[in-house]
Amino acid sequence: MVDGDIQFAPDGRLRHCLTTEGMGGERITEILDLAESFAGVNDKTIKKVPLLRGHTVVNLFFESSTRTRSTFELAAKRLSADVLNIDVQRSATSKGESLLDTIANLQAMQCDLFVMRHPESGAANLVARHVDDDVHVINAGDGLHAHPTQALLDVFTMRRHKPDLSERSVAIVGDLRHSRVARSEIHALRALGVGEIRAIAPRTLLPVDLEGLGVRVYEDIDAGLADVDIVVMLRLQRERMEHALLPSSSEYFAGWGLTPERLARARPDAIVMHPGPTNRGVEIDSRVADGPQSVILEQVTNGIAIRMAVMALVAGTAPQREGR
Amino acid sequence: MTALRITGGRVIDPGSGHDTEADVWIDGGRIAAIGAAPASFPSHDRIDAAGCIVCPGLVDLSARMREPGERHKGTIASESRAAIAGGITTVCCPPDTAPVIDAPATVELIRQRAIEADQARVYPIGALTAGLDGQYLAPMRALARAGCPAMGQADRDVDDSHVLRSALTYAATIDRPVILPACTPSLGHGCAHEGTVASGLGLPGIPVAAETTAVARIIALVADTGARVHIGRLSSAAAVDLLARAKADGLPVSADVAAHQLELTESALTGFDARAHLRPPLRSTGDRDALREAVAAGVIDAICSDHRPHEPDAKRRPFEASDPGLSGLETLLGLVLARVAAGDCDLVTALARVTAGPARILDLDLGHLRPNAPADLCIFDPDTETAVEPDRFVSRGHDTPLAGHTLPGRVRTVLVDGRIRSD
Repeated sequence: MVDGDIQFAPDGRLRHCLTTEGMGGERITEILDLAESFAGVNDKTIKKVPLLRGHTVVNLFFESSTRTRSTFELAAKRLSADVLNIDVQRSATSKGESLLDTIANLQAMQCDLFVMRHPESGAANLVARHVDDDVHVINAGDGLHAHPTQALLDVFTMRRHKPDLSERSVAIVGDLRHSRVARSEIHALRALGVGEIRAIAPRTLLPVDLEGLGVRVYEDIDAGLADVDIVVMLRLQRERMEHALLPSSSEYFAGWGLTPERLARARPDAIVMHPGPTNRGVEIDSRVADGPQSVILEQVTNGIAIRMAVMALVAGTAPQREGR
Repeated sequence: MTALRITGGRVIDPGSGHDTEADVWIDGGRIAAIGAAPASFPSHDRIDAAGCIVCPGLVDLSARMREPGERHKGTIASESRAAIAGGITTVCCPPDTAPVIDAPATVELIRQRAIEADQARVYPIGALTAGLDGQYLAPMRALARAGCPAMGQADRDVDDSHVLRSALTYAATIDRPVILPACTPSLGHGCAHEGTVASGLGLPGIPVAAETTAVARIIALVADTGARVHIGRLSSAAAVDLLARAKADGLPVSADVAAHQLELTESALTGFDARAHLRPPLRSTGDRDALREAVAAGVIDAICSDHRPHEPDAKRRPFEASDPGLSGLETLLGLVLARVAAGDCDLVTALARVTAGPARILDLDLGHLRPNAPADLCIFDPDTETAVEPDRFVSRGHDTPLAGHTLPGRVRTVLVDGRIRSD
């Protein structure tokens, strides 16, 4: 069966976390609220709760990651789960085993929660369609498609600083075309009814039909940043230059890099976010990344609470609201 | 060989526009007469076609049999049997087999296997360039003599415009049409139509410009060389416009569309359905509607199945890593009839696109009903609907995004050379 809503069980429960698209504002708010309660746990000396005791979480990363993988691992351990990290470089897939065979084998080892990152868009959906009923999949990034937990931790961070999101304006700056974070964030922000979403980038880095998602597109960063409350910077990868989408990183920084002077066009209390890893001097000036308006490291901390919330929700061990 | 009389059917010969209730008399593998019995017709068997359409067997310009080279996906025996199940009596297979159809021996092998299978006629399309590499000309004259009605490149572009120009000129010398793909490779790296759906799913897109740039170059070289070129599998409204203008200018170009392009759009990819991973990709509703109009108006000359059978594992992968293509032989007729049911065009016109239209492109003495023509016939019931159940396909390929659809029509009896081939 192919179904856009496979992340929900027939009773409306969140069974997998694959994308923020179609998740709904109520569901997202529930995750954010639950994450708030876990953020309290993380501040205590004894940081563990027993919600996933007896569960085995597999971190299955087919693409390298530091932040996402470590925070998922910490989150699982703070929920008292057993954690298995699979190094795909040395695993059976590099010997030609198919993705679905890898998953079937891990299921046979009684692993019941897969945290998966994969370079192909839709890989997590494929796995979710083929796992047993009591097995859960959390998408930790699939190709250019989605990175729901990053989007959720971002809106969590935004909400903490700007509780009245419906009054606020968010600018996403950079390579939206190749960004799963941007896609997931746009869906999450729309579901939460944020005041305005802007995209700022040269046209080669913009996906088609952003306007259809309710996003205002700016090619000029100075105009795009005017009076925004939240600035989300995206990482620029070197291969964009190799594929002739941009002339050079220095030209990009000169045209679209976030400098203190440009940030001054936003509201004085605007916050600056970045999913990391940052390229200083390419998309962001160090004075901004390390400056008083930056909440970049706070995002990393919040990632643990959000991932605890998502894992507890899909595993069915957190209190859930009725329906969707 | 027993003589046959097909009685009571509505006989349609799309090429001539002939459409009447009549008997069809078959003797010696050929049509003896339509209407009144010919003088001294021998003793014969009778096929009751009351309530059915009797038309020429369908001619499919592009269906992969997977043999030689990929017998785990399909064989000439399995796929020509599937063709018959779909009412198709003539199948053209593109040259991207392994080895490539660039030597008379390969043509001979395919023809021999088809004779052994004793199902549909199989015409191998010869390679235009050796190995389909786009560098050296394939031995087109020898391939034509071995039985290739046309030369082509399958999905492989000829990057070097000098080589393409020269190949077209040479093909014109031996008076063979050339079938070319409509995709500029450097723009065709994606796996889905560059549009809203692919953007939302994060799938790399294939822009319409991949098709228009290719079609524009082909048209320029047709004008230059005078070669007859058939463009395989158009997918966009913009390319249809280019084709219509070239035809209005009197250039010898023709084109086909894959039948599923007339039914489905990019929305079939929702949820990463790998069965909808096709080449060219399913495009927008506007593109699909333009293709429908072009078929009705005759700007597009033929509808093909673009049959590409796969083993099941080929689709059990993330979308982009899955193999493109669907199993299409057994849904071709239904998709054509669906256009009639939707009111796009009349039955005679629709059937012309899968009989006389494609046969004319390849100069084949097929796809029509007239005395002394080979008795290749498709008899179908137009009033019974057929549910698309890929598990029950005769083909070894069981993947199609049309699964679960219901299409009009049901094939009853199929004859090749006056002999019943259908079960």
